[in-house]
Amino acid sequence: MSTELPVLTKKDFQSDQEVRWCPGCGDYAILSCVQTVFPKLGIPKEKFVVVSGIGCSSRFPYYMETYGFHGIHGRAPAIATGLKASRPDLEVWIATGDGDAMSIGGNHLIHTLRRNMDVKILMFNNRIYGLTKGQYSPTSELGKVTKSTPVGSVDYPFNPLSLALGAGATFVARGVDIMQPHLRDILERAHAHTGSAFIEVYQNCNIFNDKAFEHMVAKQVRSEQTVEVLHGEPLVFGKEKDKGIRLNGTALEVIRFADGFGPDDCLVWDEADPNPALAFMMAQLGPPDFPTPIGVMRNVALPSYDHGLVHQIEEQIKEKGAGTLEELIYSGELWSVDQSGQVVRGRA
Amino acid sequence: MSTETKEEDQSAAPPKLEAVEEVVVRFAGDSGDGMQLTGTQFTSTSALVGNDLATLPEFPAEIRAPQGTLAGVSAFQVRIADYDIHTPGDAPDCLVAMNPAALKKSIGDLKQNGVLIVNTDEFHDRNLKKAGYEENPLEDGSLAAYRVTPAEITTMTHRALEELDLDSKAKNRSRNMFALGMVYYLFNRPLETTIGWLEQKFAKRPKIAEANVKVLKAGWNFCEITDQFQVRYEVEPASLEPGVYRNIMGNSALSIGLVAASRRSGLPLFLGSYPITPASDILHELAAYKTFGVSTFQAEDEIAAVAAAIGAAFGGALAVTSTSGPGLALKSEAINLAIMTELPLVICNVQRGGPSTGLPTMTEQSDLLQAMFGRNGESPLPVIAASSPADCFDTAIEASRVAVKYMVPVILLSDGYIANGSEPWRLPQVEDLPDLRTEFRTDPEGFEPYLRDEQTLARPWAIPGTPGLEHRIGGLEKENITGDVSYDPANHQLMTDLRAEKVARIADEIPPIQVDGPAEGRLLVLGWGSTKGAITGGSQQARREGLEVSFAHLRYLNPFPSDLGDLLDRFEHVLIPEMNMGQLATLLRARYLVDVISMTKVQGKPFFRSEILARIREILGAEDVH
Repeated sequence: MSTELPVLTKKDFQSDQEVRWCPGCGDYAILSCVQTVFPKLGIPKEKFVVVSGIGCSSRFPYYMETYGFHGIHGRAPAIATGLKASRPDLEVWIATGDGDAMSIGGNHLIHTLRRNMDVKILMFNNRIYGLTKGQYSPTSELGKVTKSTPVGSVDYPFNPLSLALGAGATFVARGVDIMQPHLRDILERAHAHTGSAFIEVYQNCNIFNDKAFEHMVAKQVRSEQTVEVLHGEPLVFGKEKDKGIRLNGTALEVIRFADGFGPDDCLVWDEADPNPALAFMMAQLGPPDFPTPIGVMRNVALPSYDHGLVHQIEEQIKEKGAGTLEELIYSGELWSVDQSGQVVRGRA
Repeated sequence: MSTETKEEDQSAAPPKLEAVEEVVVRFAGDSGDGMQLTGTQFTSTSALVGNDLATLPEFPAEIRAPQGTLAGVSAFQVRIADYDIHTPGDAPDCLVAMNPAALKKSIGDLKQNGVLIVNTDEFHDRNLKKAGYEENPLEDGSLAAYRVTPAEITTMTHRALEELDLDSKAKNRSRNMFALGMVYYLFNRPLETTIGWLEQKFAKRPKIAEANVKVLKAGWNFCEITDQFQVRYEVEPASLEPGVYRNIMGNSALSIGLVAASRRSGLPLFLGSYPITPASDILHELAAYKTFGVSTFQAEDEIAAVAAAIGAAFGGALAVTSTSGPGLALKSEAINLAIMTELPLVICNVQRGGPSTGLPTMTEQSDLLQAMFGRNGESPLPVIAASSPADCFDTAIEASRVAVKYMVPVILLSDGYIANGSEPWRLPQVEDLPDLRTEFRTDPEGFEPYLRDEQTLARPWAIPGTPGLEHRIGGLEKENITGDVSYDPANHQLMTDLRAEKVARIADEIPPIQVDGPAEGRLLVLGWGSTKGAITGGSQQARREGLEVSFAHLRYLNPFPSDLGDLLDRFEHVLIPEMNMGQLATLLRARYLVDVISMTKVQGKPFFRSEILARIREILGAEDVH
């Protein structure tokens, strides 16, 4: 038998199910991106599992020709945790949305991240509830007018990257549905990371929240309105690469090279900084005063929960030997009753 | 001790030694007084003497309730006997009260003329006031109905340890051993078991071991020298079935049963759990079994605990989640996911008093209907209940067996009474345990995720990592056989029927109901879960009184055994005692249209045998048969 892996292609990861997202939905692009990246990861197809919760994004597993689990609302990280903890050999990905992950499933999300479970979380952020037909979500902007907030929402949104960083996530990134090569790169890097990877993907819901990210990511404004975060590189942006971001005291600020600044004045990004403070500051940037950062904000190496769990079991067995059922049952203070009814201490 | 006694020929020296069939002893004191440990030691010693026994701990919900208060009383009741017993006893024959609060809380239970040992050192004004006594009960004549043995336990403990270089606090901590020494003397128990235990436990702190042994002996000697008791009692060994025994609490037996199921099935055990009284010990115990390959996951909440277990089940583990009533409520949506995805899962619910937070440390059987119906949609699942501490072992294995064989989540009901109570467990031979080996689907040829086994209707267990079997499952209704999402009306009817039929078919495997007594007649007492001991004891007593009564016990609440309907029809009356407001009675009436007599109790405490007996007498019109 050959031990070489069969060469997998995108087609191998396309299931026979008809994809039923609305025409024009950003989810199609993300699906295509994942189906392009998975075959390149060098993992046998049967080792992939895609787990999801509830929502438009959570239909994702049905369209992937892998093992898949369409769970219940908000619980995908918990289902994935049990799966990965008991089967560390599997490559476990989660498809979730802003409502699923940050509202009903917020608790599972933060605890999965803090444990550094080795699962990859793709959070489709469209800043709206799609499947329930258009209520505001925990990432909708303040004042959002929706069916459930006819005169505007009065609650402040989550910043998903800040939340993930605050939970201690070891890999935090932001991608955009329509920026395929960039997103593919993030997915590959998420796979290479040991432990939790949190990837926020700006995803357009053309039915209930169309063009939510247009002012940042549309081709004609993208180079001015986004800054690509690259490890070891200065934070430079602009069509002419004529602007940058520097750290001035305790604040980030935009500098224009026309004003006498240059790339050397810009903050050089260190995604492996153990202190997440700068990443948190970066995550806060966005319109109107700043470009929106995209790319990998944080990537630090820490052992994963599943590794720790398995390691403890292995170490205990090494130290004490594998337990037998016999010794487990026949432990503690024993006494024996013989045929004549005589009682003796221990196992006669 | 009110049972018949035979006097020993011991004319030589007082006090006389009297043989009794059984005694019930309760140790009561402040939370910090070590009463659980004292009771456990008395239990171990009696087990090695060969008595049958049953224990019942009672501890406050507060971790460190204010010292000396009623809320801070911790107690441990143990019943030992020279015959086969089933409960820790109704009323104590002997009460040890380490302070006024302990006395106040337990004195109402002590039998008339019972032995009362009190630590008089603690009966000072401050403690009396904390316990709500206006007068000192040791002086106002209110204890005249009991045989009071006052002892300056604290003073004498310190005196016994005068020579030892220990601080006063450390010396105080061995007071419980003085009381234990007194009780050992009263019931003529050997000291060796406890001495051996102390020396082992404090092997690294020999001074502490020495102090405890000294005080234990001092307690004994005090009684012997000062003739504290006019009569001493002795309980002969019971004729237990030959075999090897250990004393076991329900939660321990349940944990070991799960490991046994894991070993016998060849599936790694995964527990997802969130701490909750009185189920947490299952998590603690399994977390310590790492050398058995057990993975435990303390989740962020009850929902994550069950969801993680479902994930592990998908991956091919023997997946378990443990909880109590409020936690079961939180898990209900996820349990339905396991029903829909047809994955094996064992849900252990150690019931406690409800609703809401209710009575966390006190027992109840009030989650039966929640287990049966507490989920959205038509969602039947098997429900089985353990009937005693040791039975938790067998029930855990049975729950695992059914879950894996039928690809279904199973609810196992235990409760606080048997979870923390203990009894001797006759240890099984490992090779006699059921063979739970199971096979994952590996053959891609003809594979369909919901293609069913003809006999069990189980779908194949195809775990990730198996080439060629990639498939998707989830909470949306599935088309039978293919497992594709389906909104087809006829398919939904079919799948609903199949899920119900799968559970119903388990009844074919349930052994016939064991009826103790005539198979037909005037009265059947039928129980489930932890009431078995009280029902057995009460019914046996009724029979000794000449009353015609049979009794039987249900392990399966869903499905019911197939012979249950016939059984109910064969009796004029059916009495259903349960620690809720009539939940099994409701199920039986609905299912069999039999007007059973419901006997209910929700006082956080198990039934007394005497309560069952009284009801039996009443139903059979035999109030005057005593």
